[in-house]
Amino acid sequence: MKQEIKSSVTRIVLIALCVIFVGVMLIVPLASVLVYSLREGWEVFSSTISDKYTIAALKLTLYAAVIAVAFNTIFGLFSSWAITKFRFKGKNFLTTLIDIPFAISPVIAGLIFILIFGRIGWAYDFFNNHSIKVVFAVPGIVLATIFVTFPFISRELIPLMHSQGSEEEEAAALMGAKGLTIYRRITLPHIKWGLLYGIILCTARALGEFGAVSVVSGKIRGKTNTLPLHVEQLFQEFHLTASFAAASILVLIAIIILILKNIVEYKGKKEENFRVR
Amino acid sequence: MYVELRNVNKTFGSFKALDEISISIEKGTLVALLGPSGSGKTTILRSIAGLERPDSGEIYIDGKLVNDIPAAKRGVGFVFQNYALFRYMTVFDNIAFGLKIQKHSKEYIEKRVSELISLIGLEGLEKRYPHQLSGGQKQRVAFARALAPNPHLLLLDEPFAAIDAKIRKELRTWLRETISKVGITSIFVTHDQEEAIEVSDKIILTNNGRIEQTGSPLEIYRNPKTPFAAKFVGEGTSISNYDKIRGFQITKGFSSAIIRPEFVGVSKPGKSLYPNTTDRGVVESSFFRGNSQELHIHLYGIKIIADYSLEEEPFQIGEAVDVIINRLFLYNESQVLSVENQNLKNINSVVI
Repeated sequence: MKQEIKSSVTRIVLIALCVIFVGVMLIVPLASVLVYSLREGWEVFSSTISDKYTIAALKLTLYAAVIAVAFNTIFGLFSSWAITKFRFKGKNFLTTLIDIPFAISPVIAGLIFILIFGRIGWAYDFFNNHSIKVVFAVPGIVLATIFVTFPFISRELIPLMHSQGSEEEEAAALMGAKGLTIYRRITLPHIKWGLLYGIILCTARALGEFGAVSVVSGKIRGKTNTLPLHVEQLFQEFHLTASFAAASILVLIAIIILILKNIVEYKGKKEENFRVR
Repeated sequence: MYVELRNVNKTFGSFKALDEISISIEKGTLVALLGPSGSGKTTILRSIAGLERPDSGEIYIDGKLVNDIPAAKRGVGFVFQNYALFRYMTVFDNIAFGLKIQKHSKEYIEKRVSELISLIGLEGLEKRYPHQLSGGQKQRVAFARALAPNPHLLLLDEPFAAIDAKIRKELRTWLRETISKVGITSIFVTHDQEEAIEVSDKIILTNNGRIEQTGSPLEIYRNPKTPFAAKFVGEGTSISNYDKIRGFQITKGFSSAIIRPEFVGVSKPGKSLYPNTTDRGVVESSFFRGNSQELHIHLYGIKIIADYSLEEEPFQIGEAVDVIINRLFLYNESQVLSVENQNLKNINSVVI
């Protein structure tokens, strides 16, 4: 009896703490973004989000995110395949290298690109001669976004492919199936939900990237300004309402991504249960 | 010889999985690779399939050296231990997979798959997914999938390991019958001696990466050639002071003996037909085994196992019991000697 009371007290306290924490740290700030952005009425809000610089920033953000996600998806599929299905020297080292962007501050990532492609960088002359501008231009932003979102998909796939072993693939190979057929018919169906989950996380991270992009972007309005940078710029110029209005677009995208993530997780789990049974 | 291994070696790191393995298997036979886990039996199977590459030695299938022939080109069907069915494909697609890879016509594939489905008796389940099948059904699908491309050799890795006891027995019989119907040379791996004895034409007994003995189930059961074979096959108890048992003397060079349940005759004290060759033991425990009673009898400091008919008057625990040992397998480090009870021999010759 005593035990029961104790555990129910623990339960209430723990749940309450979680709810309060999530409320104070997450819900209230997010809600205040929306409230603040609508403070001066719908007019100001809609004029901000339909402002040509905001639209340009949104477009650039989406552009960088799409390229980064596509690149990292391809890389994630290749690397997870290589790491889980083959034995080779330096495999652990490679796995660790993939994690670097998780460990490094995005600002440093940005600085790395300045050091390589910037006026002082060793690759500057080469790209300049071919009249390609990397730093303070769109390619730099894309590169920085790729860098910070690099591990997401492979990190999602590696444990998944590890746990599924290779017997089915062996069986297919024994019947004469070639690598690509095996991948398409056997491996891909296994990992599709994990892959989708990784893509969603990667997208979320790519859209929100600030640090690395801020270093390489140059923040030219309408040209190299991404949405998070645009929000900060408006804020620095004391256009608080406009800043929050732009931020609300990011919040909205985040909520959509969260919902998608949950759907994918749910479907993936359902199929998993199905299979185990 | 249809399948032949000559001096095959394989090491994994510092572990010697196969040590100078040489075996030969005749066409059309059903062979069991029997041994404890880690004895190399699965590695042998995987080497034949081409899933493992031996460090040295030669593997021949149908007279052809296959060492450098990739797994897919060896004409081998393989049934994996956990079946490894393609879980995102239906039963039909699982069986058809190999045929599709070989680019057979649609009509041929449909004909062949339905042929196999009726062979395995799963008509009507073509559209099911593996997770909708029972263990036994999965096993049958795996079997059909392996047979679909018409292999010359079928390899099965612990085919019954993942199935519960009752269905396992049924499936054993089924597998044996089906394989003989199809007439394909088959090798299966098992750690279960009962399974090997019941299903196979020939047993290859492996231990520590080596072959201990090769022979028909009866041969291996009756005449174990190595101490390992004597201990691993059958349910035996070791005894060192075997000269205490009436009817046996110490044989030079053999320090221990194995008593198998089928060597032990049991009767109530004083009721034995051969009173001058019985040993007095005590019933330690008894287990109901369905068709018989298994008695554990304390005799000369060891525990021996005997089967006792349910028709006879049952024993109580702690009751005295008269035991006749008909036969012993004497063994040392490398040899086994089968010895009959001397007294019984004499009695029988007198009777004759």
